[in-house]
Amino acid sequence: MASFKPTKVQFLPKLGEKVTEDTLYWKNYKSPVQIKEFGAVTKIDFSPLAPHNYAVTASTRIHVYGLHSQEPIRSFTRFRDTAYGGSFRGDGKLLVAGSEEGLIRLFDISGRVALRQFTGHSKAVHVTSFLSDGFRVVSGSDDLTFRVWDVPSAVELSSITEHTDYIRALAPSKLNPDLFVTGSYDHTVKVFDMRSGSSVMTMQHGHPVECVLLYPSEALLVSTGGRYVKIWDLLKGGQELVSLKNHHKTVTCACLSSVGNKLLTGSLDRHVKVYNSSYKVVHNFDCDASILSMAVAPDDEVVAVGMTNGVLSVRHRKHKKDKETLTSRRRRGPSYRVFVKGKNFVPRQDDFLVSKPVKQYLRKYDKQLKSFEVSKALDTALQTWTRTSKPEVTVAVIIELNRRGTLKNALAGRNEESLTKILNFLLKHIFDPRFSRPLLTVGDIVLDLYRQVLHQSPVVERQLQRLMEVLGREAELQQELLQVLGILDTLFASLTPRKEVLWEEHCPMSLNNHCVSVSSVSADVCRI
Amino acid sequence: MVETSDIRVVRCGGSKVNLTPPIISSDSRFVLCTSGDLVKVYSTRTEEWLHSLQGHTNQVTGITLNPANHLQVYSCSVDGTVKLWDFIDGILIKTFVIGCPLFAIYVSEKHTGVLFLHVSMATDSKNECFQLVSVHLPKSAEQEVEAKEMSAVSSHISKNPSCTAFGRGVRVHFFFFLVWKGAKNAFTCIACHPTDDCIATGHEDGKIRLWRNFIHKKEYTYSTQHWHHNAVNTLCFTPEGTHLLSGGIESVLVQWQYGAGNRKEFLPRLGGSILHISASSDGQLFCTSHSDNKITVIESSFKVCGVIQGLVKGDAVLTDLMIDPRSKALVLNGKPGHLQFYSLLRDKHLYNLDIVQQEYIYEAGLDQFEVVKAAFDIKGSWLATVEERGKKSSDLEFFLKLWAFDERTQSFVLNTTITAAHTDRIISMCFSSSEETTMLVTAAEDSQFKAWCQGADDQNFWSCDFVGSYHKLNPTNCSFSADSSLLAVSFQEVITIWSPDTWEMLTTLCQPPGVIRDLCFGRLSCSKYLLGTTTKNLLCCWNLLTCELEWSTSVDVSKLQPDPFSENVAAFSYQSKHTDLFVFKPSEPRPLFTNKNVCSEKVHRAVFVPREEPLNSCDESTQWLNRSQLYFLTQNMDLLTFSTATEEDRMLSSSKQLVIDDSVAVTPFYLLLGKHRQQQQKLNTQSHPVSDKPQQTQGSVTIKELLHTPAHVLPAASVLCSMFVNSFLISNTGEMDSEKEEEDSEEEMEACDSQQELRAQGSVDEVTPKLSKAQERELKRVRKTDFSWMAGLIDSKP
Repeated sequence: MASFKPTKVQFLPKLGEKVTEDTLYWKNYKSPVQIKEFGAVTKIDFSPLAPHNYAVTASTRIHVYGLHSQEPIRSFTRFRDTAYGGSFRGDGKLLVAGSEEGLIRLFDISGRVALRQFTGHSKAVHVTSFLSDGFRVVSGSDDLTFRVWDVPSAVELSSITEHTDYIRALAPSKLNPDLFVTGSYDHTVKVFDMRSGSSVMTMQHGHPVECVLLYPSEALLVSTGGRYVKIWDLLKGGQELVSLKNHHKTVTCACLSSVGNKLLTGSLDRHVKVYNSSYKVVHNFDCDASILSMAVAPDDEVVAVGMTNGVLSVRHRKHKKDKETLTSRRRRGPSYRVFVKGKNFVPRQDDFLVSKPVKQYLRKYDKQLKSFEVSKALDTALQTWTRTSKPEVTVAVIIELNRRGTLKNALAGRNEESLTKILNFLLKHIFDPRFSRPLLTVGDIVLDLYRQVLHQSPVVERQLQRLMEVLGREAELQQELLQVLGILDTLFASLTPRKEVLWEEHCPMSLNNHCVSVSSVSADVCRI
Repeated sequence: MVETSDIRVVRCGGSKVNLTPPIISSDSRFVLCTSGDLVKVYSTRTEEWLHSLQGHTNQVTGITLNPANHLQVYSCSVDGTVKLWDFIDGILIKTFVIGCPLFAIYVSEKHTGVLFLHVSMATDSKNECFQLVSVHLPKSAEQEVEAKEMSAVSSHISKNPSCTAFGRGVRVHFFFFLVWKGAKNAFTCIACHPTDDCIATGHEDGKIRLWRNFIHKKEYTYSTQHWHHNAVNTLCFTPEGTHLLSGGIESVLVQWQYGAGNRKEFLPRLGGSILHISASSDGQLFCTSHSDNKITVIESSFKVCGVIQGLVKGDAVLTDLMIDPRSKALVLNGKPGHLQFYSLLRDKHLYNLDIVQQEYIYEAGLDQFEVVKAAFDIKGSWLATVEERGKKSSDLEFFLKLWAFDERTQSFVLNTTITAAHTDRIISMCFSSSEETTMLVTAAEDSQFKAWCQGADDQNFWSCDFVGSYHKLNPTNCSFSADSSLLAVSFQEVITIWSPDTWEMLTTLCQPPGVIRDLCFGRLSCSKYLLGTTTKNLLCCWNLLTCELEWSTSVDVSKLQPDPFSENVAAFSYQSKHTDLFVFKPSEPRPLFTNKNVCSEKVHRAVFVPREEPLNSCDESTQWLNRSQLYFLTQNMDLLTFSTATEEDRMLSSSKQLVIDDSVAVTPFYLLLGKHRQQQQKLNTQSHPVSDKPQQTQGSVTIKELLHTPAHVLPAASVLCSMFVNSFLISNTGEMDSEKEEEDSEEEMEACDSQQELRAQGSVDEVTPKLSKAQERELKRVRKTDFSWMAGLIDSKP
């Protein structure tokens, strides 16, 4: 004897992005923590040493936050004007920052007062950085120069003017203490060697450069500016590898994740995009405001994003442990234990087994279908929760009723309230290509059944009016689509050389059918 | 033409088991049912087919237990004979020749030696008029007896055997009725209460009426009960009369409590609609037979304990006949929404694969999903099915489903469901035959054909690869060449040849007039040929190398079936009301084998089934059957095959070896055990010298006697005990004997002599005082020896 076979709900696959490991990895972040700063956050830099504290440059101060603290553990406030580009030295003990007034200050991370002040720039200094030997500081300024300073003696070692516009991007090489890359608003990216004292490589970005970034291998260079992100191959003498255009506003910052060297870019269009190794966008973070700065902690523990409205948004990575505690807190009652009870019992060898038939669990509508209560089953399927969140279940029950030849019985004999429910469902889903076919049948049957009594209820009448409008609009749309397809058809036919035309007929045919059925129902509605 | 004397058409397997009510033997161990011209005996416990009662030459129409001897059964057949069988051993006891076709048989306990039979009233069976006759069985010792002594009991009765029932009482009452045409409450079946004066009738509108006081005319009363929503097919009282069982198209067995009004129990979802119900004489088991060729054995506690399933043959086989490449089972659509796997070799239903996976609603006239197309790939790891609903109404619904074979569960698992594969009905479907890549091609009435293949390695599902069409013509057929390098799709009168690698159309072949009906490529050495049949009675063969018509002949071919293991192609042609078979090679103009008048109906389905071990006949006319066997299905749903003389010989010899003892089922365990036993026996015979044999057989005879004699005729246990122990003693001495056989032979002779002496001299012992000590010892030994085996020998000699 076969058991009752429950109604099959058809889940059609969702089109769109595929779920890959990368998307799963980047989705695995908690919702962001928002920290309010005093002004636009222009620079975020993580300390290379554990615990990876990070310096946030905003307005006239630099705050240093711990990884999990929301209050700054240290702040440097001795700036008379806006501070820029606070960045750590390789050992995480010193911090250097430029400022609007042209001064460069050097701080000990544990002190408050500046250890050194480098004076010489005549205009604002937007980028500062230590060279990788740790004894020299390089800074780029709006006075078109960049200068190299000696830390112990606080003297200027050299000053080079090669750029013809503001210098807004700087990236020192970590492998060679004499190399660094600068990007400027004059659309160029230059690689400098301090040993020769001049640029050794120049690349045309084509837009004002906002940020430059070196890959850890230092074979690849990333420059952002305008809406473009460009990757350059330094080993091939600065050949352009890829040009990415995924943002629709200026890309202001770029950084690399430490796991797998994934590139992240932030833009004024309020998105952070994550690229995989073949430079396809795999994930996207949305923010509230335009993004100015961004940094990723080592091991991708934290993604910190600074925005124009002065909000620092910090995302922490989810860990398995966190998840477990979360679910354990959420667990209500003895549910799990009850279901597992006795299931994991392993019988001993000489035990006599008495098998008990497994009780088949059926949904409520299936139970009602089993006992041929068709109207009740339809009511169950039309319950608010099912109707709104799982319309495919409702439609599956409708299809099942149609198959059993009892759909008419189930729809008959309803009052205004339940009829309104059905009509609302129709209004919402009748154009969904997944559901339109069975729902058009339902519409036909409803009209047939209630034709005589429709005028007694103003509510139902209004809904039918709406249904008619929507159907009319849909029919028009279908017609337009058909016209477009016709145009395309002629185009394809003229394009294809004298060979068999293998143009796929599937779409127009189905659309055509759909259109015809839609118009027939709308004609029905019109008649009433 | 080659004479076809040694090849004949035989009906094979899968006959209906639901034609008549099955009967349960009085000890509830066996179920008997008719199946074609056999009566099959099944075990109720293991559902295994034990043996069949062979002897009738036509359809068996009724069986009933002999009321005088519950180990015997009467069977009647259309061939005009009634046979009496011992169904436990499968022995034919007697044959009564009646002389006219019989349609049902009844017996009554009150009338020993009388049979009641349904016979046709008119000699030509055009009008459906039957009469009930009683036949007195003449007493005679002969095997075959003519029984012509008939007396009509009543006439104008219904053909349906369930419309006749026997009552109890001093007089025998026959209850029968005419089918009133047009009336909504026409009778459909009848049953008599075994003890009470009450009969139950079932009606067309689903009502059951219980009529009481029927014997006293005019005073009868009746009560009506209603549960069935369609006609009641069958009724049956339990032997004690406490319950009434009823069944109908709903496939729900309903048990009504007798005399308790409306109290009832249900057993739903048994399978096809219930045709017959029968109960065992102790009331412990019920049997229902269903329209899907199935017998269900049900315990009295309403639990299904066994299912005997035959080959399901509905109104039509919609799918082709196919062979599962793994199990070599015949596959076709069976139960509604299922594919059935049927082992032709064992004539046994293997399993049903649920394709539709929906609750089946038993309601007349409801448009249900049916499996209409199915195809296996060459390795049997993929199965494609098409299910369809809404043939009558305008909105056709169909699904294309792809099933993957799961090694772990050894069955097919649903992999992909394609909801809108085409916009119109799928006409033809085939898998590519290459081993590496599997590709499915479907051709539909929306004037397209589509190629489907499995996605890249990370995608486990199937998706559309290519859509092709030709001048918006409707495709009629598609076929892959043997090496899958070519795909032929026929569009009405035109055949297009495509390359599946590049999806380029290579060429078109056209031979009007007539729409292409069948299409197949040649195999092996004939792979350069493409065969096609048209509706205008043309069989064409194209050479693909020259793209020219090689030959064509005017034959109305209804089915073209290539043999996958040879070059041969079988063509069934329907001409002047009978079907002919031609087997030919595409390269040769002369057919290998011709069989005129295979059957009188059209043949639309045929399949070549590979043999387990190839025959090695050299005869030219039978050579084509060496590697595979041709099965075909006629329009009357008869599954037929061709068998050769050598094959039948082989079958006969194998059936002699296979004598199944008692009701022990032929389980794998049993076979294993049997093999082991045989081996042991062989070992014994090898290791023991010849001289051992008599003793051994003698001992085993004793034991056999002990075990095989019925308990009630055995003597007291004390008597048996000594005999039993003695039987062991003998074997002991026997061994001793054999050890010293050579040296002692003389002595033994002496011993025999001395014993004779002793016999002669009686109890006089002292007369032989001069015996030496050695002689005395010898004598003692002789005395101890049991010579009862001698008696056995003496007994056995005459």
